[in-house]
Amino acid sequence: MSAHDSAVLERHGLKPDEYDRIVQALGREPSLTELGIFSVMWSEHCSYKSSRIHLKKLPTRGSRVLQGPGENAGAVDIGGGLAAVFKIESHNHPSFIEPYQGAATGVGGIIRDIFTMGARPIALLNSLRFGPMDGATGARTRRTVEGVVAGIAGYGNSIGIPTIGGEIAFEDCYAGNPLVNVMCLGIARSDALVKGNAGGVGNPVYYVGARTGRDGIHGATMASAEFDDRSAEKRPAVQVGDPFMEKLLLEACLELMKGDALIGVQDMGAAGLTCATSEMGARGGCGIEIDVQHVPQRETGMTPYEIMLSESQERMLLVVKRGREAEVEAIFQKWDLHAARIGSVTETGLLQVKSRGETVAEIPNAALVDEAPVYDRPTARPRYLDEVHRLDLESLTPVSPQQALGSLLSSPTIASKRWVYRQYDHMVRTNTLVLAGMGAGVVRVKGTPRALAMSTDGNGRYCYLDPRRGAMLALAEAARNVACAGAVPIGATNCLNFGNPEKPDIMWGLVEAIEGLSDACRALDIPITGGNVSLYNETDGRAIFPTPVIGVVGLIEDASCALGRSFRAAGSEIVLLGASVGRGDAEPKGRAASAGLGGSEYLKILHGLIAGDVPHLDLEAERALLALLAKATAGRLLLSAHDCSDGGLAVTLAESAFDSGGIGCLVDLPAEGAVGEWDVLADLFGEAGGRVVVSVAAGSLGPLMDLAAECGVPARRVGRTGGDRIAVTVGGRAAIDWKLADAERLWSEALAQYFARPAA
Amino acid sequence: MKFAVVVFPGSNCDHDAYHAARHVLGQDAVFVWHKETSLQGADAVILPGGFSHGDYLRTGAIARFSPVMNTVTAFARGGGPVLGICNGFQILLEAGLLPGAMLRNKDLKFHCEHVHLRVEQTDTPFTLRAPVGQTLRIPIAHGEGNYFAEPDVLRDLEASRRVVFRYCDTSGIATPGSNPNGAVNNIAGICNEGRNVVGLMPHPERACEPALGSADGLVLFESVVSALAAQASLP
Repeated sequence: MSAHDSAVLERHGLKPDEYDRIVQALGREPSLTELGIFSVMWSEHCSYKSSRIHLKKLPTRGSRVLQGPGENAGAVDIGGGLAAVFKIESHNHPSFIEPYQGAATGVGGIIRDIFTMGARPIALLNSLRFGPMDGATGARTRRTVEGVVAGIAGYGNSIGIPTIGGEIAFEDCYAGNPLVNVMCLGIARSDALVKGNAGGVGNPVYYVGARTGRDGIHGATMASAEFDDRSAEKRPAVQVGDPFMEKLLLEACLELMKGDALIGVQDMGAAGLTCATSEMGARGGCGIEIDVQHVPQRETGMTPYEIMLSESQERMLLVVKRGREAEVEAIFQKWDLHAARIGSVTETGLLQVKSRGETVAEIPNAALVDEAPVYDRPTARPRYLDEVHRLDLESLTPVSPQQALGSLLSSPTIASKRWVYRQYDHMVRTNTLVLAGMGAGVVRVKGTPRALAMSTDGNGRYCYLDPRRGAMLALAEAARNVACAGAVPIGATNCLNFGNPEKPDIMWGLVEAIEGLSDACRALDIPITGGNVSLYNETDGRAIFPTPVIGVVGLIEDASCALGRSFRAAGSEIVLLGASVGRGDAEPKGRAASAGLGGSEYLKILHGLIAGDVPHLDLEAERALLALLAKATAGRLLLSAHDCSDGGLAVTLAESAFDSGGIGCLVDLPAEGAVGEWDVLADLFGEAGGRVVVSVAAGSLGPLMDLAAECGVPARRVGRTGGDRIAVTVGGRAAIDWKLADAERLWSEALAQYFARPAA
Repeated sequence: MKFAVVVFPGSNCDHDAYHAARHVLGQDAVFVWHKETSLQGADAVILPGGFSHGDYLRTGAIARFSPVMNTVTAFARGGGPVLGICNGFQILLEAGLLPGAMLRNKDLKFHCEHVHLRVEQTDTPFTLRAPVGQTLRIPIAHGEGNYFAEPDVLRDLEASRRVVFRYCDTSGIATPGSNPNGAVNNIAGICNEGRNVVGLMPHPERACEPALGSADGLVLFESVVSALAAQASLP
């Protein structure tokens, strides 16, 4: 007979067999405090129990990798004795319940992960997914968007880390479950990376930062469950952020890390003090003993259970060298922070929690961390896939190319995100070389000739149609984006957003996506250095599309070679790099158009269809394209480069003309095969990967073509910049002829207009 | 010459101002912690941007009580050049070194973008190298930059030619459309009666290198170098 009834177990998100394992690990029944500790450490969020065996398939090694998964963040060598430390993390569940604080604390959490490694954070990015801005849920979505954007801005702007890029997409499936994925990158000395280890028996354990309150208790458990109409009741599980406190913590920790008094450090994020103490102990192969009475508390009468499980923000756990206490305390005092000694390192391998001297929990760290449950959950290919791949274009009425372009440019997913990024300080620290909205985010690394480019990408629609190829396309697009900025991709981080893994069809998608991502990472030689898995993204039993989001970091050896997406001069040559136009090359004739338009934004926006085969992807060709872009930018052959993705070639060309100061273009796309109405649409709006539109000075055209041939990349001159129109023909047949200023106005004002409406 | 960049705990443009002074301009520069009371012999003081003490109350409201502010006030009263950028401008208002107050931007949102400024006055140490009417392209990054002053204060500011920068369009005309935050009279920056204390919301330190999109902000720093050099060469 268990000491805890089934209602208690259910409230802790523990299954009966998991409870049995706890009893086995302890050799006795757990106390309520111990049960709470197990429940958060064994939650999906902390233990990765459903994904762990599959995540092992990801390639995590490479010549530049200094730190792979397992620490607070990954790190890659960027030369000159420096490392780029980066990770992406989700804060989906809290952002749905309380958009501003949910998003803000997501930013705070990922920043802590970065400076915990000894790195100064220099850039933030985010990938956001929301429901449609119109329709029945439109008003709520607009409020969510406003709250999330303001929360990201409120935290990042205050702490002074520029938000330099990201992406936003809108899709029905995210209406009840928005996604907020945040990435942070910092710079550290390669030989001074700090680990989250405890060590040295008798060394003091310090608690620094904000006081502990009752906020966020069971946040990790909440993030491991589906939502229903009672989710608002979970609002107390969302934390409240204080960016000023985090700024103090950041500066104080970095100051401490300059010396050698520190052994290890970990932030108290998900599962708070519990996770920090047990993980640091487990990594160091030692024990940690603390007394919760020494933990600074914001509220009176908190129980050991509440103190151990609180997810109050802006707190860190430090292990420092015995005898150096005064030095450590002086640094935190300078920044007006608490540094409370709450315990010490032991040789026992146990997490020992006391309250006023009395033991309230005693658990082997290994049981909490290394021996947490691991599941090989059943998978089953979802039946809907048989239906959605069918795409019969003949049953649809084609829309004129110009009208289609207008609809796409004003759709929220493609429209300018200026309304969003102007709320983010994207210039602070004076490193931003490619401003927000102009392509991949690019920051220079002061004191070196180098710069780093980064991009986060993912397409839930592709992954809904084909999670394997969708994940590959996400990596390829992120890599292509940083390559367009002039960078060589050197590392990636992933955030896997999926539904309930206990459902075999969801689990199937997760496994497919991880395997696809693995293959693509291997083919493009980009290691994954860490990331995050967010499961149970479901509301009322309805799951989001499988949505892996990939953040890629690229290195630019000469910062002055960094490129943006916009044309720079009239009279330059426009070249299409990569496999010709949007039609799937490998498809038999006749099916070409439908193959090219599968999964496209065009089909969704103009025909309300999410169907067909996802865009074509050739990883070998992609790799050659990346190599070509690196050489062409280093050789200063290019004036601009823009990847072809959402909305296809037509949108890429239009966006290349936008923000250029009014430089239009005259383009004739090669017609391959037939030029029926659907063929033209597929050429213009098909989203096949591996293609980039570049502009080059007339004198660089020859060298670029030679270089492309050398790299084995198809390259074709398709037009010239200039004039005040966007004029595109396909095989000589008129398709688009639009005044640039009019198209640009439509594109730049579309998103803001949703927020100019009176709140419903 | 030597710049002192004051560091409040929540300053976040301190390194940017230091970088501009030291690495772009090639002048000496030091950080001065807000709890200190010495400016380390600096010739000019920069109060940088950021969120001095979190600014949950009113921007700059707590910073005016930092120990360093007594020293900065004395330095300013003695005629020393002081530049307050963004949060630094807000602190100068709170400290009473400049008149007026800041309201939240009229659309209640934070704005980060390049704007255009017209240089209205060139007889301050921070503008003497700029021609009157020059249009500068410089970024703003603030949520509370909507400058406000009572009508009599405003009249006095205008009459004594103490509006130093005004938001304008690309051709230098101060229009409602070119005003990013609702500031009265399109005011982006002002000076004190002695003309040695200048505060502005835009960030000239972010516009000192072409690689960052504009080098138009450099003129403010070059001006104070010239002003101090001229002073030093006086018999």
